[in-house]
Amino acid sequence: MATVQPHRVRAGRGVELGLLLLALAIGVASYALAGIGTTDEVPPDVIGYGLGMAALAIGIHLVLRWRAPFADPVILPITVALNGIGLAMIYRIDFAYAARGREDTFAQRQLVWTAVSVILAAAVIVFLRDHRTLRRYTYTAMIAGLGLVLLPLIPGLGVSINGANIWVRVGGVGFQPAEFAKIAFAVFFAGYLVTHRDTLALAGPKVLGLQLPRPRDLGPILIVWGASVAVLVLERDLGTSLLFFGLFVAMLYLATERLSWVIICLLLFVAGAVIAAGAFSHVAARFDAWLHAFDPAVFDQSPGGSGQLVRGLFGMASGGLFGTGWGQGRPDLVPFAESDFIVASLGEELGLTGLLAILLCYAILTERGMRTAIGVRDGFGKLLAGGLAFIVALQTFVVVGGVTRIIPLTGLTTPFIAYGGSSLVANWVIVALLLRISDEARRPAPSMKPSLTPVAGTPVVGGSNEDDQPTELMRGVR
Amino acid sequence: MSELTITLLRLGYLALLWVLVLFAIGVLRRDLYGTRITDRRRRKAAVPAAAAAAAVATEPARPETAPTRTPRSARSGSGPSRLVVTEGPLRGTIVPLGTSSVLIGRAPGCTLVLDDDYSSSRHARIFPQDGQWLVEDLGSTNGTFVADQRVEAPTPVPTGTPVRVGQSVLELQR
Repeated sequence: MATVQPHRVRAGRGVELGLLLLALAIGVASYALAGIGTTDEVPPDVIGYGLGMAALAIGIHLVLRWRAPFADPVILPITVALNGIGLAMIYRIDFAYAARGREDTFAQRQLVWTAVSVILAAAVIVFLRDHRTLRRYTYTAMIAGLGLVLLPLIPGLGVSINGANIWVRVGGVGFQPAEFAKIAFAVFFAGYLVTHRDTLALAGPKVLGLQLPRPRDLGPILIVWGASVAVLVLERDLGTSLLFFGLFVAMLYLATERLSWVIICLLLFVAGAVIAAGAFSHVAARFDAWLHAFDPAVFDQSPGGSGQLVRGLFGMASGGLFGTGWGQGRPDLVPFAESDFIVASLGEELGLTGLLAILLCYAILTERGMRTAIGVRDGFGKLLAGGLAFIVALQTFVVVGGVTRIIPLTGLTTPFIAYGGSSLVANWVIVALLLRISDEARRPAPSMKPSLTPVAGTPVVGGSNEDDQPTELMRGVR
Repeated sequence: MSELTITLLRLGYLALLWVLVLFAIGVLRRDLYGTRITDRRRRKAAVPAAAAAAAVATEPARPETAPTRTPRSARSGSGPSRLVVTEGPLRGTIVPLGTSSVLIGRAPGCTLVLDDDYSSSRHARIFPQDGQWLVEDLGSTNGTFVADQRVEAPTPVPTGTPVRVGQSVLELQR
């Protein structure tokens, strides 16, 4: 005999506002310090910048108060802080490029993208009243996801940039459809697995303590594996392929709790990676640059050498424990310091101390997503929240692991920090979905619940002594 | 700007970053939601205190069952205000008393639903009459006992007198 009692939930909007002000202070301080570091004076537009950021952040905070009052109080401030740090670093790198005679407006464009992302995230929160609505679009999401993945392969639409065919250019605005495909796939996997998880978890022979699935249940997983290999082969994009496959494995494990699936998928992945390394020169070059990064021949090799990776490592090494300070380092020596290698730039200027704080922010974000998955009551919501949180975690791991030479370098963006409109928008939408689901998870259950000790009902019908009908009780329980 | 100011700003910024992280973690530590599951048997073993004390202790933990609709008349008098289970699987359960009767038994429609093989589905009824509370046995198999006397006809229950229903013991409290 046990009693189950709900915790008294604090909505947390006040706490969120406090943390949000702290996050905004960090964003503005980053911007001001970056200006001081590069031009020796506070940027003239720092007040306008601060007000703009505050308007966006407080705006979405008010939207949460209006439409999702029980949403998680930590997710939004952490996101705002990360976004602010990224903007300041991009702004600072713009200065460094300008000093070398290369005019770029990455910071301004990223600022516009931030505004677009926040407005889109607010729209998601306003218009998506219940995340379970998304379950209706399970197979639509699959089609949309596959379509988005294949979009760059359409001649005339896809653009090849730096060897990867993951870009689409429509009317002068380029974007990476794969960034949005990951959300569509998360919705599809959640909807598919919540229906089929029992088949996947329970049917099949047991070998060596592992519950193996039936061969015919392997179908969808092979399709996903094929899709991720196709991304790898046709679009030459290691990171996205890894992300899709990892997402599917993680959600399969969440849904079935069967280790055999993870082992099967890891074996498939290793097989795919080995074959790819043997068959494609660009994959082999990545492995080579990873394993023999400090070999002069590999370092100087262009393209596909380890020069970028090693320069990033040198940058982080010169940052040391406390960093050089905003604007005091030379992150611009690393190619793509504002996008792929922004982690190395931050490591150089903020040091290990700052980089660890940033990584902890990602850890907190992921933890909140997973906690939401535990807390929410429907299976679809659980899988979707878990999958979305895992996307953020895996993407961060792949990028930071690549930059710090733990795994081979792949081309993924650091969520919220790296320059890139599609990535920023997609990640803000992920945050909006997580906020929506966490609102559902934290909202106290409706009070119509069976209770062992309902409040003794007062007889509403006068004169009746038979006051022990259930309807009476319902009225008493409110 | 002097070297010292720059260094202080640099370290101050890092400190600010960590303040955010630590505050966020602090919020997470306090942010509990969902349900809490308490095993009654374990709690009984851990706290062999007086039954009444246990009953009082559990009351604040269950705000959703707090008496909100107790009529004024019941509160103003000096009579009992609640029915407390002092022994049995439901020990610690409190039923606030209003002006209506309380039906006890295994049937889901009862006011106090006992999960007890020794009680009948509609076992007993506790009801107010002329300013005092009476207990009436509703033809149960194992009987209802007030202070070890089997109840044959409606019997007054003074405050604090144990009423045995199956394996449970109830008493009225102020």
